[in-house]
This record gives sequence, C-alpha cells and structure tokens, in this order.
Amino acid sequence: MPPAIQIEELTKDYAIGFWRKRPYRALDRLSLAIEAGEVFGFLGPNGAGKTTTLKLLMQLIFPTSGRAEILGHPVGHVATRRQIGYLPENPYFYDYLTAEELLDYFAQLFGYAAADRRTRVSRLLDKVGIGAERRLQLRKFSKGMVQRVGIAQALINDPAVIFLDEPMSGLDPLGRRDVRRLILELRDQGRTVFFSSHILADAEALCSRVGVVAGGRLAAAGRLSDMLAFEIRGWELVIANASPESLARLAPIARKTTDISHGRYSVELSLDHPPEQVLADLSAMGASVVSLNPIRDTLEDFFVRRVAEAGSARSVEEAAHARD
Amino acid sequence: MRAISRIAVSVFRESVRDRVPYNLVLFAVLLIASSFLLGQLTAGQDVKIIKDLGLAATAVFGLFIAIFIGIGLVSKEVERRSIYALLAKPISRPELVLGKYAGLVLTLAVNVAVMTIALYVVLAYMTWTTPPALQTAWDAPGVDPALLKAVFLIFVELMLITGLALFFSTFSTPMLSAALTFGLYIVGHFNADLRNFEQVVESRSAAWLARGLYHILPDLSAFDVKTQVVHGLAVPGGYLALTTGYGLLYIAALLIAATFIFSRRDFK
Repeated sequence: MPPAIQIEELTKDYAIGFWRKRPYRALDRLSLAIEAGEVFGFLGPNGAGKTTTLKLLMQLIFPTSGRAEILGHPVGHVATRRQIGYLPENPYFYDYLTAEELLDYFAQLFGYAAADRRTRVSRLLDKVGIGAERRLQLRKFSKGMVQRVGIAQALINDPAVIFLDEPMSGLDPLGRRDVRRLILELRDQGRTVFFSSHILADAEALCSRVGVVAGGRLAAAGRLSDMLAFEIRGWELVIANASPESLARLAPIARKTTDISHGRYSVELSLDHPPEQVLADLSAMGASVVSLNPIRDTLEDFFVRRVAEAGSARSVEEAAHARD
Repeated sequence: MRAISRIAVSVFRESVRDRVPYNLVLFAVLLIASSFLLGQLTAGQDVKIIKDLGLAATAVFGLFIAIFIGIGLVSKEVERRSIYALLAKPISRPELVLGKYAGLVLTLAVNVAVMTIALYVVLAYMTWTTPPALQTAWDAPGVDPALLKAVFLIFVELMLITGLALFFSTFSTPMLSAALTFGLYIVGHFNADLRNFEQVVESRSAAWLARGLYHILPDLSAFDVKTQVVHGLAVPGGYLALTTGYGLLYIAALLIAATFIFSRRDFK
C-alpha cells in the first residue's frame, strides 16, 4: 500500500524584487512519507515553508522541482480530491453566504444529492459547535467561528486524508480542545491527518509523528517520543531530609541546586553522572528521595535548536556558494 | 459540467446578494420617467426616442455589470483567498473559470431579459395611449418584435465584454482589468475605422499595423444595430448569424486564453 502522502525533493522558488528579480527558495528539497492513518504534525516557525508545502500539495502553487503524490496519485489529480479535505490558513469564505449555504455549495461540488447534503451539513456544523448562527451570513462571524466553519467544510466529503493549515489559529481554549478532540476522532476513524502548526503543545498532544521545517528545509522528522527521548538533557532529583553531608555529596555533580523549603531540595544532575549510584549514596546518608525525573527537551527547545541549526547550516552553505 | 453549473449558480446568487438587481429598478424608473416627460415634449417621435433610450440603457447597464462584476469574478476569489478551499474540491481550474463566466452570463441574461420586458411594457403603454392616426407616422410598430434582434446582439456583445473582463482579471489587478476592458470597449466601437485606415495613410507599415489591430481587437460596432431597428430598417438573419458566430468565436478564444493563464498561475 503506498503512503497516503508521498513528497519527494519538493522545491519551490519564488522570484522576488521589483526590477531585478532574484530567486528566493521557499521550500528546499522536502521529502516526507506519511502513512495512512497517521496524525502528522508539520511544525515550524512563521515563514518556514509550512503553508508553501500545503499549497504545493493542494496545487495552489506549482513546484520548481520535485513531486508529490496523495493516495498514490500526483497532486492536481482532480478525482483524488474527492478523498481530500483542506483547511487553508486563516480561511476566508464568501461572506454573503450563511454557514449552511457555504457547506451546501461545497457539498454540491462533490455531487451529493440534496437530502444527503442536508444531513452532512447539519451533522458537521453540530460537530464543530456552530448552532443557530448557521443561518447567519458569514460576514457576521468571528474569526474563531469562521475557523470552525473552515474545519467543517474540510470534512464535508468524509475525506480519507485531511490537510489542516494551522487548525487552532483564532480559536479560544474551548475551541482548541474541541479541535484536538476532533482530530483524535478522525485518527480513530482511520483517516490520515496532516496538520501544520507552530503551537507545539498541540503537536505533543496529537501527533504520532512530526516533521520540523525551518528555513524551507526539513530539519527533523520522526516519532515525537523518539525525538524527545533522544534529547534527555539530565535528571531532576528532589530529596527531603537532606543533611549537610548529603548536600556536600551532591555539590560537585549538581548543575543547579534549589532550596525548596525545610530540608527539601531540587537538584539538577547532568547526564554524566548515572543517578543510581547517587541515589544509593543519598539513601545511606539518611536523605529520602521524593522524585527523580528525566529532564527532556521540550519540543519548544528542540524546535528552537533545530531552527538555529538550520539557519547556521544555510548561512554556511550560502557563504560556500558565494565563495564559489 | 456539474461543477460549472454549480459555480455559475453561486455567481448568480452572489450578484443578487450584492444588490445588482437594484439597477433594474433604476432602469425601470428611468424608462417610465422618460416616457412621461417625452409625452409632454414631443409629438410623434416619443416612441422612437424611448426605443433608443431603452436599448442604449440596456447596453450601458449591461456594460457596467459585465465590467465591474467580470473583473472581480476570479481576482476577488484570489485576493480574498476564498479560492484556496474551492480549488481543493474536485473541480479543475478551467471548470472554475468557465463556471464563473457562465454565472455572469446568466446574471446578464436575467438583467437583459427584465430590461427588455420593461421596455416592451412601456412601449405597449405608449402604443395604447397613442391615437391610431398618430401611430401611422411611426417608422416601425410600437411593440416591434425586431427590437429583439438589437437586444440579442447587445447580449452577445455583453458576453464578449464579460469574456474580456474575465481574461484580463486572470493576470492583472481589478483596477487595471477594468481600465483595459473599458479601453477595449471604446476601441472596439471604433474598430471598423481601422479597416479603412489604409485608404487614408501612405505608409504601408502603418496600414499593415492598422489591419493587424483590426483583426486582433474585437469589432464591437458590428453588434450595434440599434439605429436600424429603431428606424424600422431590416436586419437580415444572415447578418445576425454571422455576427453572433464572430462573437462566439471571439469569446471562445478569450476563454481558452483565460483558462490557459489561470491554469498555470501560482496563488501565493
């Protein structure tokens, strides 16, 4: 079975400048394969190339080089779009239509019969939490409500693959929770979800795998758990009843010691010192261990570091290119 | 085909919600007020003037609808980014362009039909209130079916202008599209002069250029048979067919060019 989404060496250059046009590479040889049923988080800061990638996949723009397939068909294959849903970033819809009319219009483009359309529209608007407002023109909708309508229209055809560009954008905490729940529901139904975000907590809560894109390049891709496990930076040890001698034992190996209160201390240990021996020594000195936790990189840290690495790699390459 | 008709209906609905039909009210008021005033001022010429005014107003009102909605058909979708969600649906870009075009043609057809009915109603009223002795002085009957020939060619011309507006809007800004379309409308009505340009200039290259432009630019004066119809002169069926054929060919060329450009465009 081919991957649900296959991206190979996808590259997009734009010409920028008014008089003297010069190329700007928005996406640089991106390759990814997303299996059916995955929730894939496509992460990166603004301007990293996330929306460019999604637009290439929707063939709203054409690649300079490289190729991509969705469900085994090249992007742009019109019939494949029957199985695809897409929520654009900061969506805008015809504001003279009501939410119901908009969804009905899109459902018509899929050729559904009137009764089927009514059922779909009503079910989806219920699902995204648009109540009586569904009969109001969209010009009266708030940003968050338009976003909800946008999610509903992306699901009008029960798509097998759903592309969501910044789906949490413009939503209040309640809305974000609803969308998270919806994405997990889609996953449970066996659908493939590809969503872009710069909100890392959403990715941590939802994704089986992530790709981090920075400066138009894929900086990292893989299972979130693998990435975070790989990035353990040390240990956080909390002890109680710490005597002066147990503190003296910890002093040479602690990166940082914080006095919490009444003989309770939080100690940050580096990875160079396996915690087992330290725990045994402290026990012998009468200190009790309250907790021991690995200090992992949060996705935030990981993200910032990879972005910085991608930036410096690019500068090195550009410098080399300039020398040539 | 289904997608084209759905998009066309949505364009029609948008034009209705954008209060385009208000122009019909203005048209009716203009006609009724004019007929009342002319009845006070002129003797025997009033029906002719109403026909002239009615046909000219149909053309002008249609022109404004064709240009101002036509330039926004595609560019507004791109500018407001509503095209992103639309193109993710199972429709091709040519279907989108053709659907948009068909939608505006539908809007124009309804407008022209309503204006024509209004014109006939006013003419019927004037015929009814004019003594038969005075009617004998008219060049053509008051309620003259031949008016439909002029209306039909106005409609074909409006379809062509819509094609021009749509074509320009696939690659330029709405303002520029409006200027270019309006410019071509003006040039198109004087295009016939280019055909005879070689008789008034010495330079062969200038004559060639004029001849080339004559063939490239639309000859819109061909669609104007208002004067003949109003004065009761014959407009042969062959002329109607040939002019319509010319219009449809020109429209087809414009739509092919528009879909060609639009199908290769990046929506950044």
